Amino acid sequence: MPPVLELRGITKRFPGVLANDRIDLTLEEGQVLALLGENGAGKSTLMNILYGLYKPDEGEIFVRGKKADIHGPGDAIALGIGMVHQHFMLVPVLTVTENVMLGMEPIKQKLFLDREAAARRIRTISEQYGLDVDPYALVGDLPVGIQQRVEIIKLLYRQADILILDEPTAVLTPQEVLGLFQVIRSLLAKGKSIIFITHKLKEVLEISDNIVVLRGGRVAGTALPQKSNERSLASLMVGREVILTVPKEEAQPKEPVLEVENLRVKGEGAHIAVHDISFDVRAGEIVGVAGVQGNGQTELVESLTGLRPAQSGVVRLLGKDVTHASPRVITEAGAAHVPEDRQRDGLVLSYPVADNLILNTYYLPPIAQKMLMQEPAIQQNAERLVAEYDVRTPSVLTPVGSLSGGNQQKVIVARELSRMGQLVVAAQPTRGLDVGSIEYIHSQLVRKRDAGAAVLLVSAELDEILSLADRIIVMFEGRIMDIVPIEKATREDLGLLMAGVHPDEHSADAAAVKEAA
Amino acid sequence: MNNDNFKDTRRARGLGIAFLVFAALMLILFLPGTTGKQQTTFAFDLELSRALPIGNLTFSTQGMLYLLAVLAVFLGAWQLAKGFKQADLILGVVVTLFVLAFLTWAARDRSVNMTGMLQATLLRAVPITLAALSGVMCERCAVINIGIEGMMLIGAFTSALVGSIGKSMWVGLIAALLAGGLMGALLAVLAIRYKVNQIIAGTAINILATGLTSYFSSRYLQVIHELNRPPTFSPLPLPVLSRIPILGPVLFTNTVPVYLMLILVLVIHVVLFYTRWGLRTRAVGEHPKAADTLGVDVIKTRYINVILGGMIAGLGGAYLVLSSVARFDENMTAGRGFIGLAAMIFGKWNPIGSLGASLIFGFADSLRTNLAILRVPIPSQFLLMAPYLVTMIVLAGVVGRAIAPAADGEPYEKQ
Ligand SMILES: Nc1ncnc2c1ncn2[C@@H]1O[C@H](COP(=O)(O)OP(=O)(O)O)[C@@H](O)[C@H]1O
Ligand SMILES: [Mg+2]
Repeated sequence: MPPVLELRGITKRFPGVLANDRIDLTLEEGQVLALLGENGAGKSTLMNILYGLYKPDEGEIFVRGKKADIHGPGDAIALGIGMVHQHFMLVPVLTVTENVMLGMEPIKQKLFLDREAAARRIRTISEQYGLDVDPYALVGDLPVGIQQRVEIIKLLYRQADILILDEPTAVLTPQEVLGLFQVIRSLLAKGKSIIFITHKLKEVLEISDNIVVLRGGRVAGTALPQKSNERSLASLMVGREVILTVPKEEAQPKEPVLEVENLRVKGEGAHIAVHDISFDVRAGEIVGVAGVQGNGQTELVESLTGLRPAQSGVVRLLGKDVTHASPRVITEAGAAHVPEDRQRDGLVLSYPVADNLILNTYYLPPIAQKMLMQEPAIQQNAERLVAEYDVRTPSVLTPVGSLSGGNQQKVIVARELSRMGQLVVAAQPTRGLDVGSIEYIHSQLVRKRDAGAAVLLVSAELDEILSLADRIIVMFEGRIMDIVPIEKATREDLGLLMAGVHPDEHSADAAAVKEAA
Repeated sequence: MNNDNFKDTRRARGLGIAFLVFAALMLILFLPGTTGKQQTTFAFDLELSRALPIGNLTFSTQGMLYLLAVLAVFLGAWQLAKGFKQADLILGVVVTLFVLAFLTWAARDRSVNMTGMLQATLLRAVPITLAALSGVMCERCAVINIGIEGMMLIGAFTSALVGSIGKSMWVGLIAALLAGGLMGALLAVLAIRYKVNQIIAGTAINILATGLTSYFSSRYLQVIHELNRPPTFSPLPLPVLSRIPILGPVLFTNTVPVYLMLILVLVIHVVLFYTRWGLRTRAVGEHPKAADTLGVDVIKTRYINVILGGMIAGLGGAYLVLSSVARFDENMTAGRGFIGLAAMIFGKWNPIGSLGASLIFGFADSLRTNLAILRVPIPSQFLLMAPYLVTMIVLAGVVGRAIAPAADGEPYEKQ
């Protein structure tokens, strides 16, 4: 029997980038093919080609042994191919039913939408695959985990039997990931075939039947999960040996640098994003803030760095009240900030690297003397930092926007960590970066800690928190669920806390689940 | 959640206080100029109307002012004490009470014809509504159309010229639809195919339309009168319905373009919210990529909607010529296309909301002429301004922030 899906020699060029280079790939019926690769390896591009959103420059696609001409998503859907995109393709102001039936709407009286018929179909699918959702809810009101269910229901509604899931776990808590894996297993049981895209190694080993690793737009290798481990996959993905753990000594915490008491911060609109939280960060330790994205971390960081006003509470930096201080006052008091959205808040993309490196010291000597900028000093400063922080750039005069994501982040890290700061607030510092840059930024944060700075690390990646932090704050819906010392932290407990459940409350349920499994 | 509740109660209390303020204003503003003996007459019968006559309503000016104020106080007190479920609707009622108080005062010792005023309101709202509907069609699929004014102008010009040559208002009407559709197609090509900034494309259409129509008008239509004398639609009273008092003359004794406008409001509402085409159009306007991934043809959807939008604007222009003045004049649309866009926004991009907002503008317009007749002792500039001020305050208070389709104005790029 021919494989369900075969890609042969797929090549795709974007201006200046060879995103896919002669890629071959085979998916067998009823199996999970994991497509593994770093950010920018070309995974999404390849799948968008398969789904008809991009036109390949070369190559052929075979579905169930027959050559397929896919000119648009309509063709792909007709061939039974469905895709859950990395960035969800849902219309927030429409209901679940409307989103699902869009493009394949049932009609009554020859003219009118039959929402009830579609909703019935959705309920059937929900029951069959354990994808619980209210068909009449507005999609914009649903949490991301449920939105993902809606996306999967969209595929099943179209009777897709080749399902592409593009980084489906990026937005989920560890428990939700387990739920997704159960859904995947029930899909397999019904004969569906799945391409599962990720850059997380643990997941690949757990769920896949077959692994294809992409690197720089090419197939770097294929592997079987039984014969692989995280280390071997990581080196295939990166192209060299990687150190998965960050070497660091035990922390030697000293006096508190950052003290937060009953801080309350408003989010967008009027809702309270941070609910009266209190914690401190001491010199010489890394405190990690874990939590699923959107649970108040962003607002917390913005408030600590002066970008968002606090409603109430007190923030002290080295004993000084900075609750309502401006970003410059906070910066001068000794805080460094690696912002979450590096392109929006961290850099001026059209400015050269050298100017980006002085964004918060431009008014101080030696960069400025009286009213005038000192070009030689700016140049020297840039040359020194670029060398010290290993920023790969053609020159210090290159606009920062044309560097890769990893090097953009290194520019920020160089600017922030090179100052004599006592506090480092780093929000999602490695999101979307290649493994090499991640390793580097991790080692810099540890170095800063060992030099006696207090580090507050906000990350949605639990692994990152576990490998760097000395204490872990878990946030859920704007509140601190718990503060856990690293010695006592386990993935399972943290996962539960991130979902708003205290582990001891949960132990009874957990026992039941184990029995069932 | 909690916070939303808090906001709701605050808003409810604010509305209650606003009702009381309206009541106080009625007494403070209107009572001082009146005497106990003065009487106001509201007339309801129109000359030459087929409606059953119901006579006039004459009452004591002060008595009516007190009555209206008491009603408003009652509504305000109820709102503060218990709260109305549909507080926005009640706000509409209170504003209506206020307007009635104003009319009672303005028409003291005189008479004002309410039916005539409502009729004028609807007629003046027709071109505005059509402009707004044109905007709804385009913006629901995310193409901004600032060229409505120009499209209406072209429609008006074409209907006058072709109607005169063809000696038929129907020929003129169809020509205007086609011309409007052509202008829509021009906008579509610029905005969708060539991805020109849509504000600039629309502005270019306005300038083009003004230039073309002014040139040909001054060169031919104003010189050769046979080219600018189209036959016009006369009112077509509907059987039975036109005999209903007030409603008959206002709604059921109209010209074909007016009926078309009312039908279009309903049809576009049903199409947008209850049909396949409408669902796809809205999805394309909110998140074109999502629609594309489900096999919806984003580009085709936009072309068709924008061309239809252009035709509706053309109809708006034709109305001005074929249902009212029977000739084309330079710049005769006089900003109605832009007011229509405002009505579309106040109406939250909904056909029925657009009609409602257009009626408020139409009412403001007809109030102004009526007040001039009643010789109200207020500088005419203020009279001109006041209805719009009230409109803005009310709309800002009731409608709240209007949210445009999320992808409005963005061209769609495919790889
Ligand atoms: N629409 C696009 N235009 C230009 N370049 C693109 C586009 N989409 C992706 N790329 C580039 O192609 C490469 C592969 O990207 P992508 O397929 O998104 O990677 P992955 O999904 O593996 O993270 C990257 O270098 C990216 O910058
Ligand atoms: Mg991707």
